[in-house]
Amino acid sequence: MISLTPAGLYCEAGDFHIDPWQPVARAVITHAHSDHASRGHEHYLVSRVGLEVARRRIGQAEMQTVDYGEVVVVNGVRVSLHPAGHVLGSAQVRLEHRGEVWVVSGDYKLQADPTCAPFEPVRCHTFITESTFGLPIYRWDAPAELFAQMSAWWRANQAAGRASVVYAYALGKAQRVIASVDAQIGPIYTHGAVEALNDAYRASGVELPRTRRVAQLPRGHDFGDALIVAPPSAQGTPWLRRFGDYADAFASGWMQIRGVRRRRAVDRGFPLSDHADWPGLLQAIDASGAQRVLVTHGYSDPLVRWLGGKGIEAQALATRFAGEQGSAETDPAPDEQGETLS
Amino acid sequence: MKRFARLYSELDTTNSTTAKLEALERYFRDVLPQDAAWAVFFLTGNKLRRAMPARRLYAFAAQLAQLPEWLMDECYEAVGDLAETVALVLPPPRTGSTATLSAWVEQRLMPLAASADDAERTARLEHAWMELGGVERLVWNKLITGEFRVGVSARSVVRALAAVSGLDAAVVAHRLAGEWRPTPENFLALISPQSTEPAASTPYPLFLAHALEGDPASLGPIDAWQIEWKWDGIRAQLLRRGDDAYLWSRGDELINEAFPELLESGAALPPGTAIDGEIVVWDGERAAPFGALQKRLGRKAPGKAILAQSPVVLIAYDLLEVDGGDIRGLSMVERRARLEALVEHSSPPHLRLSPLVEPVDWDALRTQRARSRELGVEGMMLKRRDSMYGVGRVRGPWWKWKIEPYSVDAVIIYAQRGHGRRASLYTDYTFGVWHEGALVPFAKAYSGLTDTEILEVDRYVREHTREKFGPVRVVEPGIVCELAFEAIQPSKRHKSGIAVRFPRIARLRRDKRPADADSLETVRALIGAAQ
Repeated sequence: MISLTPAGLYCEAGDFHIDPWQPVARAVITHAHSDHASRGHEHYLVSRVGLEVARRRIGQAEMQTVDYGEVVVVNGVRVSLHPAGHVLGSAQVRLEHRGEVWVVSGDYKLQADPTCAPFEPVRCHTFITESTFGLPIYRWDAPAELFAQMSAWWRANQAAGRASVVYAYALGKAQRVIASVDAQIGPIYTHGAVEALNDAYRASGVELPRTRRVAQLPRGHDFGDALIVAPPSAQGTPWLRRFGDYADAFASGWMQIRGVRRRRAVDRGFPLSDHADWPGLLQAIDASGAQRVLVTHGYSDPLVRWLGGKGIEAQALATRFAGEQGSAETDPAPDEQGETLS
Repeated sequence: MKRFARLYSELDTTNSTTAKLEALERYFRDVLPQDAAWAVFFLTGNKLRRAMPARRLYAFAAQLAQLPEWLMDECYEAVGDLAETVALVLPPPRTGSTATLSAWVEQRLMPLAASADDAERTARLEHAWMELGGVERLVWNKLITGEFRVGVSARSVVRALAAVSGLDAAVVAHRLAGEWRPTPENFLALISPQSTEPAASTPYPLFLAHALEGDPASLGPIDAWQIEWKWDGIRAQLLRRGDDAYLWSRGDELINEAFPELLESGAALPPGTAIDGEIVVWDGERAAPFGALQKRLGRKAPGKAILAQSPVVLIAYDLLEVDGGDIRGLSMVERRARLEALVEHSSPPHLRLSPLVEPVDWDALRTQRARSRELGVEGMMLKRRDSMYGVGRVRGPWWKWKIEPYSVDAVIIYAQRGHGRRASLYTDYTFGVWHEGALVPFAKAYSGLTDTEILEVDRYVREHTREKFGPVRVVEPGIVCELAFEAIQPSKRHKSGIAVRFPRIARLRRDKRPADADSLETVRALIGAAQ
């Protein structure tokens, strides 16, 4: 039902694309990270709750919205969006045509996240899954435990009169951090790129603790008690000078690996991801009940081989969401939008 | 173990030497002597003998995690560190442990190492893993594999202990030199303000030279300097204490058994003598290439044939102890005079005085340095005549002025992923040179590229892979590098028939295409020039 074309994943029966990377007539968008939501299509279909965020990325365009679970029929194909738990508004796309069901998962995670609806398993015949963290070395700690560590780190820096700078992708990860860390500890300040998306989240009805843009503060402001949330691209820039003595940390699944953490040269790495870990991928695949699994961006080869060993028909799908284990997977690029790069 | 794991994290998460020292000091102040003793033992690069082979550890972890070998290998490729891979794939721990480092080593690791029964060993290992999570588990694995690599040198441990004890770093280093055993008594003795009589066999910590990058003329008048050749062998200290002789390599490994002829030299010296020098294979006229010495290294009780084929000498260049008295505080000139008198008086066999080079000016020195290769040396040593014999690597008093390395333009033909902070990136390359229209493997090199260049080459490798053999990728020829190396000699073990010493990447040659790389014939010609 879906094939890979130069423009991206294409549903021929319904004549529309899913997360296409070249301009098309009709695009169904799983979520607003830039490697999935590109500009220039004539018509977009997005989740209703994700509209505000999508507007920030895509700008003015013809956008149709649907609630999660609501079915729209496109040229005879029944299309519905279901929560993917990745970021606000993120969706799995369910397609049904002549009794056959496919689900395109986009990016997803199974962990709890106060800023978006939880992942919802959808039964299907063919499941298209990501594999960003498709190796058994990736197994996330419970969010409560991880945020307790992050809060303790902030408190310790505060006691030493040092600002705490956390680098987190501006869409999704930053809001998750802000909503989950213990906001009683002190003030939370943000980089402009983060605050723009905080606004979009709040406008969409997500409650976040009070945050203020760093740029709004007077010169000479003392940041010693504060948590500052900035996109990864801020690391190593003069923008950080105003914080005086600061400790920095990077919140990303890649921080699970010591060598990557050291290469990133931050004081602390928090392995926090909006993607599924290895047990999460296997659980989601199992819950889909799919007989066939197509694996996109990430560690697709090992996941395909593992599934094959378990008697599941699996093959890799070379989307633009990533090359074959591009270095982006191990070296989080200073891109604020997502954990994978196209 | 929790406290030691915290130290490990602190050392691992900072690049600042000061912060590392502070973390070490806090640790040594916080913990009991028995724990501090083991921390000193492991952080100075020791490990328990035969705790468990790393491969067995790895295979058992895969079994517990229920991972097939290929998937475990994929994980290792991504992590680039065996102990860490093992820690990450294992199921989460069932309980925690409050036992300290010494309890973990003495009550868990030592019995494991002592057992000859594989089933008992793995049962003990599993039990340990199920008590440890996160960094603690990683540290436990590192205790077994012995590869800490947290950017802490023996020297920083010594400095931290000096700060904790209020002693001079040289005193701590001296007490720690030799075969130091990790007991609480020894740790207390190590930081004791009272002077303790050094053990009879203890060598002195070595004094090391910095590399001279610029022109030596910047060092001022040449007559302030004592100049010697820089020998390409292994640094060693020969001691005569009481009736016995001791030969130490680089101050921390006793190598008496490998070099019986040098013990004869030691026996000819008066008791209470310490000589600093270089062991080289001597062919009667000059030092043989380093490769010849490698045949003698790591051999216990070498046979007659090898002794005759590769005879060694100690090239003596410094004297640290006379009649049992420490003379390191004397000037280089004075120590040299005493060394010459000693050698003349006792004429020990297999020992040669390091000849002095006495040029009239820096220009004459440059001319003499050009002869280095034909003399089989690596360049020159410049030592201030008024320099004392210090501890460790200090800028100023001693310089090594090495000859320019050889260089060859070669093409990347295979790539493998690296380790440590290069985990997951393709950073280990095999280089080829042209021979009869094809690129033949010639040398492997891992270092020399900047982080940005590494990312560039990594991307190239991923996008231009022709074939994969396990972890090795066959790469389409496209990247040319200038390789530098110190020595070259014929080799039967290498496909190209050539072995080079310390190959590394000098430069990424973006300006060159594979066709511009050197040929095997050009490289072979270097051997001719070297001999």
